[in-house]
Amino acid sequence: MSTTKVSEASEPKPIAEVVTKCLRRDIDLSLFGYEGKLALLTLDNGLDYNRPNTFGEEGLKLLSAMLDEVSSDSTIDVVAITGKPYILAAGADLSKISQVHKREQAVETGRFGHQVFHKLAQLGKPSFAFINGLALGGGLEIALHCQYRTVATNATLALPEVFLGLVPGWGGAYLLPRLIGPEAAVQVIVGNPLNNNRMLSGTQSLELGIVDAVFSPPDFLEHSVGFVADILSGKKSIIRTDHTGDAKSWQRAIATGNAAAAKKYGGADVDAPTRALELIAAARTSTAEQGFEAENQALADLIMTDELRASLYAFNLIQKKSKKVEGAPKPSLAKKVTRVGIVGAGLMASQLALLFIRRLKLPVVITDLDQERVDKGIAYIHAEIAKLVDKGRISRDAGNRLTGLISGSVDQQVYASCDFVLEAVFEDMAVKQKLLTALEAIVSPDCVLATNTSSLRVEEMSKHLSHPERVVGFHFFNPVALMPLLEVARTQFTDDESVATAIWIGKELKKTMVIVKDAPGFVVNRLLSIFWGEVTDAFDEGTPLDTADNALMSLGLPMTPFTLFGLVGPAVALHVSEILNQTLGERFGVSANMKTIVEGGIKTFYIKDDSGKLVANPAVSAVVKQGNQVSTSEQVRQRALIALAKEARLMLDESVVSTPDEINLCMMLGAGWPLRLGGILPYLDNTGISESATGQRFHSKGIASLPA
Amino acid sequence: MTRDVLLVDAVRTPFGKAGSLYSQTRADDLIVRAIRGLVERSPSLDLARIDDVAIAAATQTGDQGMTIGRTAALLAGLPRSVPGYAIDRMCAGAMTAVTTTASGIGFGAYEAVIAGGVEHMGRHPMGEGIDPNPRFLAEKIVDTDALIMGATAENLHDRFPHLTRERCDAYAVNSQAKTAAAYKNGVIQRNLIPVAVRDSELGWSIATADEPPRPGTTIEALAALRAPFRANGRVTAGNAAGLNDGATAALLTSSDFAAENGLTAKARLVSFAFAGVDPEIMGYGPIPSTIKALAKAGLSFDDIGLIEINEAFAVQVLAFLDHFGLDDDSAKVNPYGGAIAVGHPLASTGVRLMLNLAEGFAERPEVRYGLTTMCIGLGMGGTVVWENPNWKETAAAR
Repeated sequence: MSTTKVSEASEPKPIAEVVTKCLRRDIDLSLFGYEGKLALLTLDNGLDYNRPNTFGEEGLKLLSAMLDEVSSDSTIDVVAITGKPYILAAGADLSKISQVHKREQAVETGRFGHQVFHKLAQLGKPSFAFINGLALGGGLEIALHCQYRTVATNATLALPEVFLGLVPGWGGAYLLPRLIGPEAAVQVIVGNPLNNNRMLSGTQSLELGIVDAVFSPPDFLEHSVGFVADILSGKKSIIRTDHTGDAKSWQRAIATGNAAAAKKYGGADVDAPTRALELIAAARTSTAEQGFEAENQALADLIMTDELRASLYAFNLIQKKSKKVEGAPKPSLAKKVTRVGIVGAGLMASQLALLFIRRLKLPVVITDLDQERVDKGIAYIHAEIAKLVDKGRISRDAGNRLTGLISGSVDQQVYASCDFVLEAVFEDMAVKQKLLTALEAIVSPDCVLATNTSSLRVEEMSKHLSHPERVVGFHFFNPVALMPLLEVARTQFTDDESVATAIWIGKELKKTMVIVKDAPGFVVNRLLSIFWGEVTDAFDEGTPLDTADNALMSLGLPMTPFTLFGLVGPAVALHVSEILNQTLGERFGVSANMKTIVEGGIKTFYIKDDSGKLVANPAVSAVVKQGNQVSTSEQVRQRALIALAKEARLMLDESVVSTPDEINLCMMLGAGWPLRLGGILPYLDNTGISESATGQRFHSKGIASLPA
Repeated sequence: MTRDVLLVDAVRTPFGKAGSLYSQTRADDLIVRAIRGLVERSPSLDLARIDDVAIAAATQTGDQGMTIGRTAALLAGLPRSVPGYAIDRMCAGAMTAVTTTASGIGFGAYEAVIAGGVEHMGRHPMGEGIDPNPRFLAEKIVDTDALIMGATAENLHDRFPHLTRERCDAYAVNSQAKTAAAYKNGVIQRNLIPVAVRDSELGWSIATADEPPRPGTTIEALAALRAPFRANGRVTAGNAAGLNDGATAALLTSSDFAAENGLTAKARLVSFAFAGVDPEIMGYGPIPSTIKALAKAGLSFDDIGLIEINEAFAVQVLAFLDHFGLDDDSAKVNPYGGAIAVGHPLASTGVRLMLNLAEGFAERPEVRYGLTTMCIGLGMGGTVVWENPNWKETAAAR
């Protein structure tokens, strides 16, 4: 019987709200040239900038009471709202959503926020928002309810709701398009969230018309108060454009938004962008009351989906784990690293060397079999540094510094002075064993040896060494500079000092790390391979390439399996599947057709036709031999998901990682699988596949899904 | 002096009581605000043309350390090509920043400079971290009183018994009244740079006025105050400046630079002098420094139509007036009140005196010469003589 492993908390416990208070101080405006009094409200949750202000029920009640108070105070002529240092607010307190059981609760959350925020538009006196720093989601929406807005140049503004699977539901979807026009609003509400959740600077938000004035940080507040006086005295005036007349521009904007969503999700049916675009479209003709109510309904619909709960779970998981490495030894055990060696001068090794010098700012030495390869590697690194300088990403001086840090040799003796040597040579056990033996004879006794293997067992690679305790798996994902995940594998021999050293390096490289047991393929490649295996099997059996390859696109994965094979090279993909087949068993299939393709020297499964459209490569269909068992897309999808669920369960039983959280984290950060799947396991739970395939869920209900 | 030196403009933050208005505001943020407010008022000034930034602080540690003139310039967003340095002459820091940089302009080393001072006495109480050489006392180089400013003021009372507590209290009441009137007429506000202040419990606010003044102060109320420095003492919190936080900044240029850059003068530097006196009667300092400065200018005391004297202690002001034969309530002296009312954030005060003098010059074109003067710890005085650019002979004849 397998042990049940679920996320830490089996029941979501009620979380106490970190209450954002609304403080008030009155300012005489006469020094600014206007005879009147400003009530300046400060949102402050009493904690530092690491814990931004958020809006929960208690905080909203306090804000509501304060707005009533200043509205009825006849000594006050004007009201402004700002935030604690560096932060206006980061939006709604999302931790509360996990406690929403009923749709009506979700509707009420939306309504209450609208009701409180909109008081800023109905004070009976002018209202201003001074956006002094971070203003995300509800933090920007509160400013949109005000009549005027100022912003600090170093502020960060965004409506990231669609990124999380929500819609701006406290007025943003209605107010923003009416303020800045539909095209810009679609960019902010849909385009930016889908584009790696891009955010706006203060200056950009002025260009878009979201704010009325921008001031630099040292006297942002003083100038903002001066702006209030100038508006009230008539010295300055802001002319607003009515965008509602031009129906065509709204249609165009919505079409642009829909196209962006379709491109991003590759056909997957994702609600949030669609719902957001519907709200924007309706905003042209709705009253505020209608617009806000439509937001409430859309918000409630989305909140009451497993998908949104999975997304929030995933978002929080990434936030949490980027700071803390689960199961990491004490950081103080790390050995001091002053020089790094990287074995190999091929593309992967060169990219790693570049990443190391950029982030660690330590000397890095690379080696390869002959001078030509070494020179090529060094030349690549020099060229990449030059590109960074040319693009202005780093200064010329910084470029010179980096160039001075990289060196190359054909003599592995250069590793004698390194404290950390990472090998990135061909994925072959005998080659790697031989290399580690050779390295052991060269390096100092304290040197940590790391291997960037993707599918081989580290223990098998190192057990013959005199000091296997210093060997760790250090598995990067392509492209190594961009993919945030690093799998750190320890064998039964690996000591804490070596793991701590590897983790110190990983932190310096700004990677999110997961400590995994030394098992072939670790997490990401093992799960990708099992799922690819089902797709290639279906293909080999007779399913058309197109059907098999696109069977899982509705999940919103970054690319199809065969597209990825083309990217990494069919030979590499085949090689990994062969290794996992040998080490993990027959369930990791080796496709006969893949062999044929590799033998035939075919590099890609798709080519561009005359019109630039990707079509199946005729060279593939010419050589492959398919059976006559044709599966439907749905059948391929089911078997692939079932295989994923079974393999994940097996990995937990084998303690490859300690919790389902790590598996999800790995798939999101190493394979780019989407938040809305919660990584993958919440999706398997929520579609019932976990239970039908393994007899149990990975997460209790309510963790990454609607509560029971 | 080879070239004319002009005071183009001067500003200050509102002054706060130590531990109150600015208790959660850094000293460097105060001087940064003063500098930014100053340069904003001269939009025709190319900031890259500023040749130096001299900022004074009496306690140069923490947020008043690290070469405050340079750090303030960087934090204020001045071009990185603009250098800066720190100045210390205790209470006369900003005055010394002005005279030192003005000398550079006169010599031809500078065309335009920013000079100012900051003191956050809440974050840096007087005497913080001092380590006086034991020889001071062992060899009787100074009396124990020399480091206690209130005690030196009592010593001044001993020297001039006719400068009674009653006269001091009356002077203080008048200072408060003149400050209240100046506020009412909007004179003081003209040169205040508002400062955002945050209190973690109360939220953000903006400092728009001095905190120390006590308008409506009466003789009776002052008479009831106890004298903390000695039994039967005469120096009280009512007839002395308090412990305060604030910053000031001035823009000085050569006359040629001003003409080329569309800047106008509020005062023209005529001469300056510093002088030493017995540290035990520190407050006597302005008398010899004024005599010296006038001699250098070739002027007599009668040529001076307006005086801004720092009110560290009323008795020290009265000693000065007594010496030069002015009445306790002379209209020539501190027309907008002084430090007894608005406060004395040590190293920043020198420039406050100048900006008040400039207001007086603008209001009184009949006055040709004025001076700013102050007493300085460890027995010194400083005096700067200025000429009124608004002076008109015809106005004087009226």
